Amino acid sequence: MTKAARIPFWRDLRVLRALAQVLFVIFVILLGNWLYTNLQANLKRTNISFSYDFLQQPASMGISEGLPFQPTDSYQYAFWVGVFNTFRVVFLGMILATLVGLIVGVARLSSNWLVRTLSAIYVETLRNTPLVVQLVFWYTAVFLKLPRVDESLELPGPIYLSQRGLVMPQPQPTESFALWGMALGGGLVVALGVYIARRIYLERVQRPGTPWLWGLSAFLLTALGSWFLLPQAPLRWEPPVRGIFNFEGGMQFTPEFTALLLGLVIYTAAFIAEIVRAGILAVSKGQKEAARALGLTDFQMLRLIVLPQALRVIVPPTTSQYLNLAKNSSLAVAIGYPDLFNVANTIINQSGRAIEVILMIMGSYLTISLLTSLFMNWYNRRVRLVER
Amino acid sequence: MRKVFTVGLVVALLLPLLTIGQGQPTDTLGRVKARGSLICGVNNAVPGFGFLDERTGTFSGFDVDYCKALATAIFNDPAKVTYRPLTAAARFTALSAGEVDVLIRNTTWTFSRDVELKLNFGPVTFYDGQGFMVRKASRINTLRDLNGATICVLQGTTTEQNLADMARRLGITIRPLVFTDVTARDKAYDEGRCDAMTADASGLAGARVRLSRPDDHKILPELISKEPLAPVVRHGDDTWYDIVKWTVYCTIEAEELGVSSRNVAQLRTSTDPNIRRLLGLEGDFGRKLGLDSNDWCANIIAKVGNYGEIYDRNVKPLGLERIVDGKPSPNASWNDGGLIYAIPFR
Amino acid sequence: MIEQKRVAAEVLPPPTLRYGPLRWLRENLFSTWYNTLLTLLCLWGLYAALSALLEWAFTRADWSVIPANLKLLLVGTYPAEMLWRVWAVLYFVVFLLGGSAGLWGSLLRDAVVALSAAFFLLALLPFGMSERLLLAGLALLGGGMMGAGWLLRRAARLQTWSKRILLGLWVLSPILVVVLVGGLPGSGWLPTVSTEKWGGLMLTFMLAIVGITTSFPLGVLLALGRRSELPVVRWFSILYIEIIRGVPLVTVIFMASVMLPLFLPGDTRVDQAVRAMTAFTLFTAAYIAENVRGGLQNIPRGQYEAAHALGLSHFWTTVFIVLPQALRAVIPANVGQFISLFKDTSLVFVAALLDLFNIGRSILANPTWLAHDSEMLLFIASVYFVFAYFMSRLSQRLERLLGVGER
Repeated sequence: MTKAARIPFWRDLRVLRALAQVLFVIFVILLGNWLYTNLQANLKRTNISFSYDFLQQPASMGISEGLPFQPTDSYQYAFWVGVFNTFRVVFLGMILATLVGLIVGVARLSSNWLVRTLSAIYVETLRNTPLVVQLVFWYTAVFLKLPRVDESLELPGPIYLSQRGLVMPQPQPTESFALWGMALGGGLVVALGVYIARRIYLERVQRPGTPWLWGLSAFLLTALGSWFLLPQAPLRWEPPVRGIFNFEGGMQFTPEFTALLLGLVIYTAAFIAEIVRAGILAVSKGQKEAARALGLTDFQMLRLIVLPQALRVIVPPTTSQYLNLAKNSSLAVAIGYPDLFNVANTIINQSGRAIEVILMIMGSYLTISLLTSLFMNWYNRRVRLVER
Repeated sequence: MRKVFTVGLVVALLLPLLTIGQGQPTDTLGRVKARGSLICGVNNAVPGFGFLDERTGTFSGFDVDYCKALATAIFNDPAKVTYRPLTAAARFTALSAGEVDVLIRNTTWTFSRDVELKLNFGPVTFYDGQGFMVRKASRINTLRDLNGATICVLQGTTTEQNLADMARRLGITIRPLVFTDVTARDKAYDEGRCDAMTADASGLAGARVRLSRPDDHKILPELISKEPLAPVVRHGDDTWYDIVKWTVYCTIEAEELGVSSRNVAQLRTSTDPNIRRLLGLEGDFGRKLGLDSNDWCANIIAKVGNYGEIYDRNVKPLGLERIVDGKPSPNASWNDGGLIYAIPFR
Repeated sequence: MIEQKRVAAEVLPPPTLRYGPLRWLRENLFSTWYNTLLTLLCLWGLYAALSALLEWAFTRADWSVIPANLKLLLVGTYPAEMLWRVWAVLYFVVFLLGGSAGLWGSLLRDAVVALSAAFFLLALLPFGMSERLLLAGLALLGGGMMGAGWLLRRAARLQTWSKRILLGLWVLSPILVVVLVGGLPGSGWLPTVSTEKWGGLMLTFMLAIVGITTSFPLGVLLALGRRSELPVVRWFSILYIEIIRGVPLVTVIFMASVMLPLFLPGDTRVDQAVRAMTAFTLFTAAYIAENVRGGLQNIPRGQYEAAHALGLSHFWTTVFIVLPQALRAVIPANVGQFISLFKDTSLVFVAALLDLFNIGRSILANPTWLAHDSEMLLFIASVYFVFAYFMSRLSQRLERLLGVGER
């Protein structure tokens, strides 16, 4: 190797690459530093301070639902109540939106003209109007039109339905609850055993079947059996009591929660329906014909042949829709549901700490999004494995 | 590539909009004059105080009229205002950072805002207080009757805090239902989702007009807070603070002296020394404030009106009278037993 | 006779699937028992919803709030004596669209036909006479330009030149539009109108269009960065995309409008509208990047290898081979992004701007219109729907035209 034969470093691709990256890092650091010094100078000049000390102060506000909350609790705890409420609606929303989206997506390919057309109208209308307008519509035009609390509908249970929401009895543990809990644990072990045994059996005889159904029935049997064997029922149904203004106690689903959930589900389902439709159309016709030739019923064909293949196409874009649902839940402020964004807004108004709280909001949504992404990526890999 | 080129052009075009202050005056008045318009932080959706008016094609309202009065004092032209609608969350940051020259956005004067946020509050233009509206049929007559009630609240300012503090003081529990949108809050109360609605008295009056049957509702006489609303400027520019202060006092003094937009031209011949000083015929008050002319206050009265005119134009249509059944509200003139009182122009 | 009939029978067309309405009903609505049940259920739901809505819309609703405030809803507080400038922009855009539709045809032609028809229908509504004439003029201009373009297409030389001129005008159009609406500082006949006075539907459109055009190159760069071989660039791109996609738009707008001045040196003032546009650009770029990445992943390896075999460097492979194919494939997805951006502009109230939705809220605070919230809400929702639906149809047509997913 002579000196002349070596590539000069300014033309060596490896050196250039490293150099480019170093320059990029320097650029980013310089930019960050410039922004940071500006921020420092401006905060000083404009008398705005940056600190999270205010989080320990009493919040002096009320939160209408979620975890129990007193006005004397801290801002920090108030924020957590908001996070909990967001999480509740997002989690349920994802599950329900998937179900509704699946049904509408299949309905878009229905042989019934009216069903097909109505589901198309549904998808087009909901996708093309702002969600916030829809939420206000559900809340004011549907849920607030339910009977007033004095004239609540009483269903057996007793379950009450009114403008103040759906109120139903709540199970309260009694003294024998601990014993029953142990029985449930035992049931779980039994169920697992049954599931595995059934699975091994099915593999041996080479027949299709539903081992999880066996496991589930085993669990339910133990649970029910122990319930009746115990001297005292482990759970007692505590009915809601009518106070002066509202129902007290019991399980309550407020109209704000329900309207937000419904709005998010119906809006997101419209997008998921289109994804599902595209996914089903992507499964080649031959697969369906082959399934029919094997004598599978419509439902079996959908479950065993079409959906597993369609899932491959459906899962990645659905992940984006889940992320959108999580972020769209911040529109809850429009209809008075105390979600993370709503509570945080109040905290900003009362403490004047806009920068700090906005950073907390961003961090919380980011965490929810990343958790969703992680789960969906894991699921995506599973679907892919099943396919091979 | 074509697209990239287009975008480059757009960016190049938008760059001039990013104006970097070079050799600008450091004082607020100088900046306002150099700019040729006053930037006024307002609320764009409060009935009576700030809203869009289709007849003028621009903003109207009680707070907006004070922006116009300030612009008239400086430029002799109420149209030289740039309105910047601000959310409750953004307003103080916007004022501190110099985004607006003055904040006239139904802002309550409190200790922490005045001291901690390092702001200066001008004279109170409107004395508000947080109250409750309930159904007449509900048998709620005092605040204690609200125990266990669901109450509709609008997010922002100190309304929720006052509510929570009241509940703690009286030892009752309440369920607040917090909205960001006035329309949604009013609907929820109107349909019966809430047993009561709380807001500043001015807001309640506006909300009541909107209900499907306004006569079925009443406003409880008890108020749970004092909400003096005032224009706000930042610390560090006393000249500017003086101009804002005396603009407000000009409208109040004019009402006390009986000077209005209708008679201000005739009263130039008045021999009353108070009126002559107010209208700039005697003394050198405008110049001392740093303004261009001495008839600044006469211009405000002629083009915007005195306090009574501003009040009657904007707040009266909401059903809020200054004197109710012979009893003065805090917003009546001190001559009538109210709190609206001008510092003498001497 | 019999002979004749046989001849006639031979030329009969093959039997078509044409059948009577009763048969159609049975096949499409009542084929099985559960289909019948579904049909009845749908009919009942449709009746319940429509009857309630129509009853309200025609008896109890008072629509006077819309015509009284139409100017505010469309252009906000833009000075009334300057409105001719907005009309000029409309004319200019229709001129460009019509000409392009005539010269290039296909999808644009349908869009311009729909647009002209819409203007024509609007001209029939009882506005002032001058507005109606101007609207009719727009419809005529759209149709006329399309015809002119179609004629120019016949002449080869003229065609290339007119195409070049149109392209140039398109490139210059952002400047012209901004100058027309915003004004030329220092000129007598185009006084500046600050962005605070822009509003309503006009602002909604400007925000969405600027957002999508400026975010596009950034999105492409991020997508390339995410697939880059340089780990630092790749990780930076991934970090940016994932963070932005993980937070709600409203917090990004808040950061840009309230926090931005704190991150810039001392006396720098950035226009409010520019701040909102920056937020939209930064936000949308992350989503565009993901769309483009999808397009990039679909390009077969052979394309890269063939380009390398031809001696193209990495850079030129990307510019000439990869991007043209990838970008073509992701056009429909980006139209979808544009629609959602269009709907999301309602969040700019955080940035002190009055778009269509927030103008509506400000009008409702006027004591005169306090009780007209339902009418206003419905009107605004319909405006969003009309435009979003129009664009989504266009994107579907485009998808079919480009044959995305069929190769």
